[in-house]
Amino acid sequence: MKKLSARRRHPLAALVVLLFALAATGGLYAAFAPAGEAKADPEKSSQSLAIEEGKKLYAVGCSSCHGAGGQGSSDGPSLVGVGAAAVDFQVGTGRMPAQQPGAQVPKKKKIYSQDQINQLAAYVASLGSGPAQPAKHQYDPSGADVAKGGQLFRTNCAQCHNFTGEGGALTHGKSAPNLDNVEPKHIYEAMQTGPQNMPHFPDTVLSVKDKKDIVAYVHTVNSDKSETPGGFKLGGLGPVVEGLFAWIFGLGALIAVAVWVAARTAKAKKS
Amino acid sequence: MSSQNGSNGSHENVSEPDENLPTGLGENGDVVRADDPFADPGLPPHEHRIQDVDERAAKRSERTVALLFTVSMLATVGFIASYVIFPIGKIVYVWPIGHVSALNLALGCTLGVALFCIGAGAVHWARTLMSDHELVDERHAIEATPETREKVMADFRQGAKESALGRRKLIRNSMFGALTLVPLSGVVLLRDLGPLPKTKLEHTIWRKGKVLVNTNTQQPLRPEDISVGSLTFAQPEGLEEKSDNFQQEIAKAALMLVRLNPSDIKDKKELDWSHEGIVAYSKICTHVGCPVSLYEQQTHHVLCPCHQSTFDLSDGARVIFGPAGHPLPQLNISVNKDGFLEAQGDFAEPVGPAYWERSA
Repeated sequence: MKKLSARRRHPLAALVVLLFALAATGGLYAAFAPAGEAKADPEKSSQSLAIEEGKKLYAVGCSSCHGAGGQGSSDGPSLVGVGAAAVDFQVGTGRMPAQQPGAQVPKKKKIYSQDQINQLAAYVASLGSGPAQPAKHQYDPSGADVAKGGQLFRTNCAQCHNFTGEGGALTHGKSAPNLDNVEPKHIYEAMQTGPQNMPHFPDTVLSVKDKKDIVAYVHTVNSDKSETPGGFKLGGLGPVVEGLFAWIFGLGALIAVAVWVAARTAKAKKS
Repeated sequence: MSSQNGSNGSHENVSEPDENLPTGLGENGDVVRADDPFADPGLPPHEHRIQDVDERAAKRSERTVALLFTVSMLATVGFIASYVIFPIGKIVYVWPIGHVSALNLALGCTLGVALFCIGAGAVHWARTLMSDHELVDERHAIEATPETREKVMADFRQGAKESALGRRKLIRNSMFGALTLVPLSGVVLLRDLGPLPKTKLEHTIWRKGKVLVNTNTQQPLRPEDISVGSLTFAQPEGLEEKSDNFQQEIAKAALMLVRLNPSDIKDKKELDWSHEGIVAYSKICTHVGCPVSLYEQQTHHVLCPCHQSTFDLSDGARVIFGPAGHPLPQLNISVNKDGFLEAQGDFAEPVGPAYWERSA
């Protein structure tokens, strides 16, 4: 103790005391400060970073049609309030950025990575509130009621998409696309946001569970692994195709057999 | 005709091929004009088949036929074996058919082969080994011989005389009366085909105060449930799916609900019958009654999948394309004191396709 008090007038004593005090304050803060708040800081900044990055991507890829601030123009609708789910669907299925104007923007190879899509979605969501990207437990088809999904699909979706989701024609060059091998997330988002001319089905009309059942139904009846116990499903398009197949190939085979039955047999040389 | 092609002089001595059909070749191989152009050419001379003259070829045919019948037997055995072996739920991938039931595929293929091989064997047998001499079997005259006709007429006259049908007119006339009336009993029974429809076609079970129920959730609908650009299907409250008349009633009462911006609604009656832009239309096409709900939310057009009738929901569901004769009937809706959407009455006109007594 004597040693310590003897050096209390040392020129560096103030510095040492200051260091001790700082360490004690920091230690106390670390011990008592709420843990969540300490964590939230980097997340918040990553969110605003995503919006910043998304804004840059938007300026390059989207603003020529949808306007510099997402307000829309004569070439593209306003994106205020469409929500992150709409961006994830449109860009994630390659529909946006559109190649050319027309009756309907078709699905094509997607050109943005999922990280970039998330950044774009974050930016567009910051323009106005809309449906957020669904979580995996909302759209994951495992464990859903496929039969109920089939009933809901036939009531709400089959009129345009055909009863097994094979798609169909609409007016003036528009069409309801085939749903084979569409990702569950994108089917969910399409129901949520109603892309292009498709009406949307808000949770008040078609609950989250109902949507999940529908996703499960579409995946059961219309994918590479769909089972058709009855045999060749001929595209799943219904009686017109089946009738056409029977008329062309069934009758064709019968005619071929009839020709064979009535054909001249090989004759021996005239003797 | 070659003479029309300008070379008139060169064909004068040649018989005109279009006028008479040649019946055969003359001595020098020239075409000879027939005296009777429609003469019966008769049967062509019989030609022997290879199998008729070559016993080895006949043996080959015999073995082929036997092989086909044997394949059929094996396929039948395969049919029974696959019925025993494959479980019902087993799915196998077969290119290009896809993931199909192994049992169904095996049963179909083996039965098909079994039946086809019997037929094919029989045809091959008949074509190569059975006699192929063509026979002529002349038709007999349709008319009976004069003796037979004379006998029949005599029998008839004797019968008419013995029964006294011509003389006893009371019996004859009362018999005609009885025979005429008997079929009427069958006609009367047709009335039992069902009750007369009366005005059933003109009404649905929608009534003033009936709440609109969401078809998906079976919950009553509130205006705030329905957003612009969405599509909702609704049915009247109290219509149970298990009840006896469910199919009959839902077939007429099914509704589709969409929300438009009130400023987009061009038809005044449609605006009056809407609630905050929510309009309720019959889901039954006015052409032949298909469910019409292919709704395009940007154009507000509804397309019928059967015959492409297109209705403009922003203009009183006016028909803008296709064979439908009437706009879709609109249901007048409002909101009740609990905040649920309710009907203000039945449809003002019959839903569904036109029929001859339709007044509207």
